[in-house]
Amino acid sequence: MRNVALQVKKEGRGKLRSRGQGALHLMLLPSVLLLLIFSYAPMLGLVMAFQNFVPAKGFFGSDWVAWANFEYVFNLPGLWSAIGNTLVISLSKIILGQVLAILLALMLNEMRKNAFTKSIQTVIYLPHFLSWVIVGGIFLDVLSYDGVVNQILQALGKEPIYFMGNASIFPAVVVGTHLWKEVGFATIIYLAALTNVDPGLYESAAMDGASRFRRIWHISLPAILPIIILVSVLNIGTVLDGGFEQILIMYNPMVYSTGDIIDTYIYRIGIEQTQYSIAAAVGIAKSAVSLLLVSSSYYAAHRFAGYRIF
Amino acid sequence: MRTTQRRKIEPARVIIGAVLLLVGLICLLPLIHIVAMSMSSSTAISTDTILLWPKDFTLAAYKYSLSGGGFVNALLVSVERTILSCTLTLLLNVLAAYPLSRSKEEFPARTFYSWMYVITMFVSGGLVPTYMVIYETGLMNTIWALVLPGCASAFNALLILNFFRSLPKELGEAAAIDGAGHWRTLFSIYVPLSVTILATTTLFNFVGAWNAWFDGMIYMNDSANYPLQTYLQSLVVDTNTYFLYSGSIENIEMLNDSNIKAAQVVLTSIPIIALYPFLQKYFTKGITVGSVKG
Repeated sequence: MRNVALQVKKEGRGKLRSRGQGALHLMLLPSVLLLLIFSYAPMLGLVMAFQNFVPAKGFFGSDWVAWANFEYVFNLPGLWSAIGNTLVISLSKIILGQVLAILLALMLNEMRKNAFTKSIQTVIYLPHFLSWVIVGGIFLDVLSYDGVVNQILQALGKEPIYFMGNASIFPAVVVGTHLWKEVGFATIIYLAALTNVDPGLYESAAMDGASRFRRIWHISLPAILPIIILVSVLNIGTVLDGGFEQILIMYNPMVYSTGDIIDTYIYRIGIEQTQYSIAAAVGIAKSAVSLLLVSSSYYAAHRFAGYRIF
Repeated sequence: MRTTQRRKIEPARVIIGAVLLLVGLICLLPLIHIVAMSMSSSTAISTDTILLWPKDFTLAAYKYSLSGGGFVNALLVSVERTILSCTLTLLLNVLAAYPLSRSKEEFPARTFYSWMYVITMFVSGGLVPTYMVIYETGLMNTIWALVLPGCASAFNALLILNFFRSLPKELGEAAAIDGAGHWRTLFSIYVPLSVTILATTTLFNFVGAWNAWFDGMIYMNDSANYPLQTYLQSLVVDTNTYFLYSGSIENIEMLNDSNIKAAQVVLTSIPIIALYPFLQKYFTKGITVGSVKG
């Protein structure tokens, strides 16, 4: 320490800036090591998509097969069915989720900021923080064949519904439970934009005789329009996701035909059936398309909504 | 604010209030139902409809879950992984954020390291190659497979480094003139001034570590090493292969799979519910600051 101080005094403030580079590198060292092992090594590991990868032979010993894995897997009907299901489920989630969140935020904005409104907000944000294991556990119980919903239906003289085993209902269950978990929390970003609106605008509009609906349409909605565009554009990057953890917990072989998504397909092929190379090939294809979607949507967000992430 | 001077009841507000109340109830009722299930006896569950209030009240399912066995074991694994994750993540990200918050003149290598982080936000090896790395590094079936992969996170480092940057530059310069090295400047000046942001990121990490289950499912071969959420997932999904209750016959009218599962769902959510007031405050703030610029 004393040496450094002497050096600093001797060399003046100009040299102050370049001192102690070693310490700065050292501070980054543990994080960089972890990034190299757990983020960069898997990126290199993607070469297995072009191999007939066998763990015992490793990356260097396994045979190279060029595009054979891609040709094989993209000729399987299961993958195309999973791609279709992914699009149906994730687009429903994105569109319904955003519409409902905007409606909820507009409604909350119309209320006085009192204990009632605050309690509603507290309650609707809560499910976001519960894991899919908890939420899935709750709904698998509530919606099971002898669960409380079917008990109520039967008490009303209706036929029980097999929510988790009926392939034509299952996607609706997935979208519905997703909305239950996430819509409330998604209102936060719109509410934040609405608090920036000058209250004087509403007052003078009311003075001029504008109805509540017109005030929402002409003042509130334009105020959150940039956020709506932004969120829509960012959602485009997640179109191929569809909610892996949720579906892995809620689906079963009876609903694979409508409930299986790309990620669950990769999981079953790669981890359960240990066809590592095939799964990695699907993973690469999905990442490439997602990356393209993410970057073009970021570009669009920047171009049309003036939004920048960095 | 804008209408506080007029206190008359408006029909539009009543309708909106009613709709909001309905939405709130939709969010709340399944949670209340599961609590009611957890406190009802197995006889009541199989013969009666449990709605929002326990029937034939009993805490047997809680006593059974907490009396040892798989649940308690998994709870301990979860506590261990959460403590390790939160501590290591905090330490590593504070250490990484400091050099990354230096100016380019002071630390020319900054750009290189920043890119290293940024790339990981957009590109990932995906499920199978990551699995192979855990396998090849021999971390399979150890707690470190759950802890280490998430420790160096771009998101956390970014939050902390932005805060460090907002602190006045003169603080660091004054410390340097007084002879403090980088280590001392970081730990005796920057860290004490950043307690709020460090608490916030630790809160994020706590929720992430506590709620994670998929890593436990694929990296732990032995179910004795499952963290709580993974353990619960194995019960929730494999309804046929698991028989939760295999105890003595005299408890059979008190306990069954339904109320034990419900009790374990409730117990697993307790830490999140307990922290919820803080979560609501900081997450709301974080989203607002992060997304809405002006």
